[in-house]
Amino acid sequence: MAARDFLDQRSANPLSVPKGPWSLIHVDPILLVLLIALMSFGLVVLYSGGDGSIEMVQAQGIRIGVAFVVMLIFAQLDPLVYRRWAPWLYLVGLCALVAVLLVGVGAKGAQRWLALPGLPRFQPSELMKLAVPMMAAWYLSRHYLPPRLSRVAIALLLVFLPMGLIIQQPDLGTSLLVGTAGVFVVFFAGISWRIVGAFFVMISVAAPLLWFFVMRDYQKQRVLTLLDPESDPLGAGWNIMQSKTAIGSGGWNGKGWMQGTQSHLEFLPESHTDFIVAVLAEEFGFVGILCLMALYLLIILRCLYIAANAQDSFSRLLAGALSMTFFIYVFVNVGMVSGLMPIVGVPLPLISYGGTSIVTLMAAFGVLMSIHTHRRMISA
Amino acid sequence: MPWGEFKDTAAERRLFQRRTLVVLIVLLVLMAVLIARMYQLQVIQHETFSTISDKNRVQVQSVAPTRGLVYDRNGVLLAENRPVFGVTIVPERVENLEETLADLQAILSISDEDLARFERRLDEPRRPFQELPLRYDLTEKEIASMAVHRHRLPGVEVDAELVRSYPHAEMTAHALGYVSRINRSELQRIDPVNYAGTNYIGKSGVERFYEKLLHGSVGYQHVETNARGRTLRVLERQKPVPGEDIRLHLDMRLQTRAFELLEGRRGAVVAIEPETGGVLALASVPGFDANLFVTGIGVEAYRELNESLDKPLFNRALRGQYPPGSTIKPMFGIAGLDSNTTTREREIWDPGYYKLNPRGRRYRDWKRSGHGWVNLDSAIAESCDIYFYDLAVEMGVDVMHDYLTRFGFGRDASLDVTGASEGLVPSRDWKRGTKDEPWYPGDSVNMGIGQGYNLATPFQLATATAVMANRGRWARPRLLMDVIGRDTVHDFLPEDNYEDIVLDNPDDWNFIIQGMRNVMHGSSGTARAAGRDATYEMAGKTGTAQVFSLAEDEEYEEEDVRERLRDHALFIGFAPVDNPKIAVAVIVENGGSGSGTAAPIARKMFDAWLLEMSGQPASVVAGALAGEPQ
Repeated sequence: MAARDFLDQRSANPLSVPKGPWSLIHVDPILLVLLIALMSFGLVVLYSGGDGSIEMVQAQGIRIGVAFVVMLIFAQLDPLVYRRWAPWLYLVGLCALVAVLLVGVGAKGAQRWLALPGLPRFQPSELMKLAVPMMAAWYLSRHYLPPRLSRVAIALLLVFLPMGLIIQQPDLGTSLLVGTAGVFVVFFAGISWRIVGAFFVMISVAAPLLWFFVMRDYQKQRVLTLLDPESDPLGAGWNIMQSKTAIGSGGWNGKGWMQGTQSHLEFLPESHTDFIVAVLAEEFGFVGILCLMALYLLIILRCLYIAANAQDSFSRLLAGALSMTFFIYVFVNVGMVSGLMPIVGVPLPLISYGGTSIVTLMAAFGVLMSIHTHRRMISA
Repeated sequence: MPWGEFKDTAAERRLFQRRTLVVLIVLLVLMAVLIARMYQLQVIQHETFSTISDKNRVQVQSVAPTRGLVYDRNGVLLAENRPVFGVTIVPERVENLEETLADLQAILSISDEDLARFERRLDEPRRPFQELPLRYDLTEKEIASMAVHRHRLPGVEVDAELVRSYPHAEMTAHALGYVSRINRSELQRIDPVNYAGTNYIGKSGVERFYEKLLHGSVGYQHVETNARGRTLRVLERQKPVPGEDIRLHLDMRLQTRAFELLEGRRGAVVAIEPETGGVLALASVPGFDANLFVTGIGVEAYRELNESLDKPLFNRALRGQYPPGSTIKPMFGIAGLDSNTTTREREIWDPGYYKLNPRGRRYRDWKRSGHGWVNLDSAIAESCDIYFYDLAVEMGVDVMHDYLTRFGFGRDASLDVTGASEGLVPSRDWKRGTKDEPWYPGDSVNMGIGQGYNLATPFQLATATAVMANRGRWARPRLLMDVIGRDTVHDFLPEDNYEDIVLDNPDDWNFIIQGMRNVMHGSSGTARAAGRDATYEMAGKTGTAQVFSLAEDEEYEEEDVRERLRDHALFIGFAPVDNPKIAVAVIVENGGSGSGTAAPIARKMFDAWLLEMSGQPASVVAGALAGEPQ
């Protein structure tokens, strides 16, 4: 059904205005169905990953409810509003990031939260996941595309400034996601392939510099552990080895729901948060992983479809970047849990326990739905 | 929108869509990479990870068997198992190890040794969440204060294990031996499977000899554990077979009596039931508290025991090798008659000394004036040395060696008593081998009265006395009476294969025993004071062993020197004469004369056994079990 809609709409006139009750409340039914399917699956896995804790599922259900409300609210706002407010949002976010470094609170050696009197505690870096691509899209879409080199440079600066601030917290995972979101905007804007090539060259040069001057010891340790988990089987390597064992022992069909020994016997660390995909792989097997990947893929394809059919450059760039950020989430999380990438604190999107990332992600989906459902007869 | 710039929206859309296509391809490739990775782990390497996963969760735990109990002949418990509490720490669950250790030090006494051992284990490679022992054997008070403080000490646990305990402490240490932690060299020889859960092993005595019987067989359980090593459920289990409970011939009442009689002295008493060879009492005084050694004795306490002048760790009964002195004379009497070297009637003149040849050295009798005319009977009763000097020279070393060996001297005649010394019966070969000298007639003279090279343990003297009481029939001495719940004890005891001493004229036994009876009851018997007013007849022989040397550099108080240079007092004997129930050997170190010190102790042992204790089993004894252990 979803796939067929997708095919049908590919040939539809991009300038047409969608009709029907869904567009009245500015919701894309296909995306909605896919999200509900994914999150339901997620709750089932979470119940097992949290070792049968119904409280945990309830708490997560409430967060999902809140996130859906947030999505609905974001969907109601016209993309013009986002474009108008993008610079201010970005500035507020930047100030908040500086404030976090100065007066932030947190735990385990990282300052990530801002507790302003009279406001609930919040994490400015989450705001930047939306604000940075918006700002980059705003800046680049003011002029014709593809952008001139100088504008590309300024856009990248706008991206790397908050990224650098977030690294200082330190929060490598979030800064990577924020950076990717911004860089995708620049890429979608149509910078020449030579610049893209140069960018990759730059990264390969920057990597050793990062290694020696920016990365903390614990981050280096993670990279080293990835390369040879057996070198430290009782320390950092423990996590990777246990999660690979959980995944591998699942086999084709898995050990069955609630039957995963690795997670239920506490061998698997963080089984309800960052490593939840290992629980899924252990209990539902390779088949379960294929289902999960199919759901993610459909969601991303739908998002890219929305992006491709957006009416103006700002919307396109923003939608494209948000879609790809969502994919990067998936890729980094599954990659790290399966031992392809070093361990960075990136949750499995929409499934891992924890509210912050779900709310941010659903807000992004709200923006995408807004882009898809607010259409004008004349191109802006 | 900025002004003055031409925006080609259609071109921008086409540009975006081209980029989207590129992104889409990259996305699909990366997605394929993830799926391929999952395929690799879940399908290709599934077997490997399945195995690792099972190894993770399923552990084989050994379940140590409960060590068998040891009872005395009346069912009095001699060795039991008591739960001992220790403190372990799971470092992963402790927030601040230093603080926790400091807190624990305020609650418990933790020695530097304990700390050092704990830190060594901390540095060794180990599983996460493994428990590391910190202290063993908490006192009642420490257990209580741990219970109070434990809630604020996460990661600190109190564990219990069953540990050997000897309720009679000092009194049974030398008779039973003891168990202690398995050491490195024992690890080499024990079956690692059967001892997988066992921390203790018999080090000496009964505990060592019957180790296999007492230990039992290890059990197993396959348990599912979580990452913290906590057992969640038992998947499969094979129960351990507990060790056998055994009963010894030892009578705790008699053993206690022996200790009381030797109170304040150094010495040994061994009592054997001649009929069975059962060891009724095996006392070495002073004793030591074997419980100290079970969980490991402190360096200070060990040094104190080890360096004590009274040598409490030394098992005098089994390992104390003394010149047997005159107590050897009845055996030589048998040897002399059976080898036709002398006759019952033969008399010799005792002027108070003996000379090998007219111009030779004078070997003195203990009685300077001499005994006058003596025959074999009176030579035993009065302990005449001259008669036995003469007899020894006449018999020669080969005959003496032969008969003494047949009485169990010079070898370990025990069936199941570990650590017994062999003593020494000199021979021509021995002397050539160790001294590189021939056997001189003078050596025979000294040997005739149990001095010279002769060495025997109290245990050997008691054994030989039992053989004498049995009129030559051998029942090798043993501790094990029965294994509870088993019909026969023969499966567990070594073969009782000593050849009985058969005399050409079996009545010679009664003749020599008559001499020993006269020691106790004769008008000039050396121990007639000890035999006075008895309601039964007893046979005995006194002896004294000279203390030869004292290292010159050892500094003793003068009083001590005088005391410790006195002769050792010896006595052997059995009773009643016609139907022997008990054979006893007594040695009191530096006790002076055998008749004055050792014989009265033996008399009291006889009285206790024959008058107080015979026919009165367990129920009267305080501390005995309510019923027979079977």
